[in-house]
Amino acid sequence: METNGPVWVIAEQMDCRLLAVSLQLIGQARKLADRLETSVEAVLMGDNMDLQPQQLIAAGADRVYVGNAPDLADYQPELYTELVVNLAKARQPEIVLIGSTAMGRELAPLVAASLKTGLTAHCIDLVLDENNILEARIPAYGGLLSIICPEKRPQMATVAAGVFSIPEPDETRTGEVVRMEIPEHLPGRIQTLEIIQEESEGVPLESANIVVAGGAGAGDLEGWNIIAALAKTLNAALGSTRPAVDEGWTDLETMIGQSGKMVAPELYIGVGLSGELQHMVGIRNAKVMVAVNNDPKSPVFEQVDYGIVDDCREFVPVLIEKIKEYKEKQVTC
Amino acid sequence: MLNIIVCVKAVPDPKEACNIQIDPATKTLMRCDVPLVVNPLDKNAMEAALKLKEKMDAKITVLSMGPPEAGNIVKECLALGADQGILLSDPAFAGADAYATAYTLAKSVEHVGSFDLILCGMASSDGSTEWVGPEMGTFLNIPVVTMVKEIVEIGDEWWKVKAGFETGFRLVRVKLPAVFTVTRELNAPRALSFSGIIKARKKEITRWGIDELGVPEESVGIKGSPTIVSKLDSKESKRAVEVISGTREEKAEYIVRKLADEGVI
Ligand SMILES: Cc1cc2nc3c(=O)[nH]c(=O)nc-3n(C[C@H](O)[C@H](O)[C@H](O)COP(=O)(O)OP(=O)(O)OC[C@H]3O[C@@H](n4cnc5c(N)ncnc54)[C@H](O)[C@@H]3O)c2cc1C
Repeated sequence: METNGPVWVIAEQMDCRLLAVSLQLIGQARKLADRLETSVEAVLMGDNMDLQPQQLIAAGADRVYVGNAPDLADYQPELYTELVVNLAKARQPEIVLIGSTAMGRELAPLVAASLKTGLTAHCIDLVLDENNILEARIPAYGGLLSIICPEKRPQMATVAAGVFSIPEPDETRTGEVVRMEIPEHLPGRIQTLEIIQEESEGVPLESANIVVAGGAGAGDLEGWNIIAALAKTLNAALGSTRPAVDEGWTDLETMIGQSGKMVAPELYIGVGLSGELQHMVGIRNAKVMVAVNNDPKSPVFEQVDYGIVDDCREFVPVLIEKIKEYKEKQVTC
Repeated sequence: MLNIIVCVKAVPDPKEACNIQIDPATKTLMRCDVPLVVNPLDKNAMEAALKLKEKMDAKITVLSMGPPEAGNIVKECLALGADQGILLSDPAFAGADAYATAYTLAKSVEHVGSFDLILCGMASSDGSTEWVGPEMGTFLNIPVVTMVKEIVEIGDEWWKVKAGFETGFRLVRVKLPAVFTVTRELNAPRALSFSGIIKARKKEITRWGIDELGVPEESVGIKGSPTIVSKLDSKESKRAVEVISGTREEKAEYIVRKLADEGVI
């Protein structure tokens, strides 16, 4: 028997494919569990989950609890919560990690409140302090805040895709796969009827080589469209800061940062944004970073490689022309 | 009649963008006087309630936990058309994390009495955990749908809604009473009308503290919060910036050349 409860990852699948964030969390859970001298356990719910448990084991899980049933194919809030909560009561995990996905952002608080414990949102790092208490780090007040849950257990946190990297799979690792009992009487107050995924327009943020992100400095929709045109010219994905989403210039899907997407492109161009840490943590691993801002004192200029002090609405159209000229030259010679 | 409860939070005006910073010397928060406004997504929750009230017999109760000044935003919701406004304000509620906030709101909802639908914004602009709605639903033992972006079908008991889900949506069938947290896509919040403001003058705000709710002090505010802030570290990685000078044309030409040299365009 381990003295410490296990470190848990609530894994997630969509259309039977494990999400990358689940494997990333297993990697981090492994590190935490090794320090705590305990095991890593994953919980996976879905249908036809035959091969996925081995993937989780190869990534570092010691034991995988699998709920395998047609009723579990899609995320079902009541049923998933009930299964996780009952198992957590039996296994007493020390830590529970969940991806900041649409499912995770709903399931995590449902589970945390049911277990009467704390939950830290959208962390960008997870470390153990000198007393082996989990410090969940979030950007705030211009620095990194550590949130702890000193007394209640489990200690829970959600983490976005891309915060941790996927561990190198070790196919020789072995682990235990345990089937979860599915209750005969399904809870009946809420049902997911279907999940529809739409093709998003343009280049997806997660896999883009170039990201152009716009912020409040766009000023209005017209200004925003100029930034969007820059993204198009570069065949880049369009990213945003929260004010741009709040203004309705773009969808939440494009938001980069702590509560949005974490990306690591070759090139990032931030236009009309101030370099707030909540946004910048989502882009800190970009190779080359450029900012366009009309305020020479903007903190964004401390966080990029190239800075251009100018009004973005005037400068960006000129930049688009220069890029087009450059691209034409590329083709002809 | 449909009893709707809308939970609203007073937040520092996101447009004023005076960010709270840490004083590097004293390690204390440097606040500045930013006016409190209705959290942007809570306006969508309020609008959803008003739209429902236009369609059917409904009563809208606005619930807000916050400092006494948050009474202004409750007043604003009354002026928009809410029937009743309740402000939960007590020094004992201060310092609550999402869990303690959700607990206090749940206890207040029970105190209001009958309810069919609880509407919240998906997240607040200053805290942004997204946990308050779902945790409140759990404490009330009712179903929760987060990120509701469309109400598809209104039944007697069973409703159908579309909720945001990654790059698409999730179609959900849910039995009332329930909690919905809503996104910006759900509607376009209306502006205050002059006649609404006049009418709201006559509406009283109910104020509840810990005594009215009859909850133990250990279960609310900072005492009832499982999570606490343990420390604040200063900002991480900085880069050495090259600020490009020259005319607009020169700057654009230079950066294109630099990016080409770096091999990233
Ligand atoms: C818990 C929490 C989580 C959050 N999560 C996120 C997140 O995931 N992602 C996110 O983006 N935000 C997030 N935020 C919000 C974040 O704190 C900032 O408010 C936001 O990133 C600021 O966006 P911005 O830089 O576009 O706007 P501002 O800070 O208002 O900056 C606008 C910038 O544009 C410049 N500008 C103005 N006009 C022009 C012009 N004509 N030309 C050029 N420049 C101009 C200004 O000088 C200014 O620097 C979160 C906040 C909280 C509290």
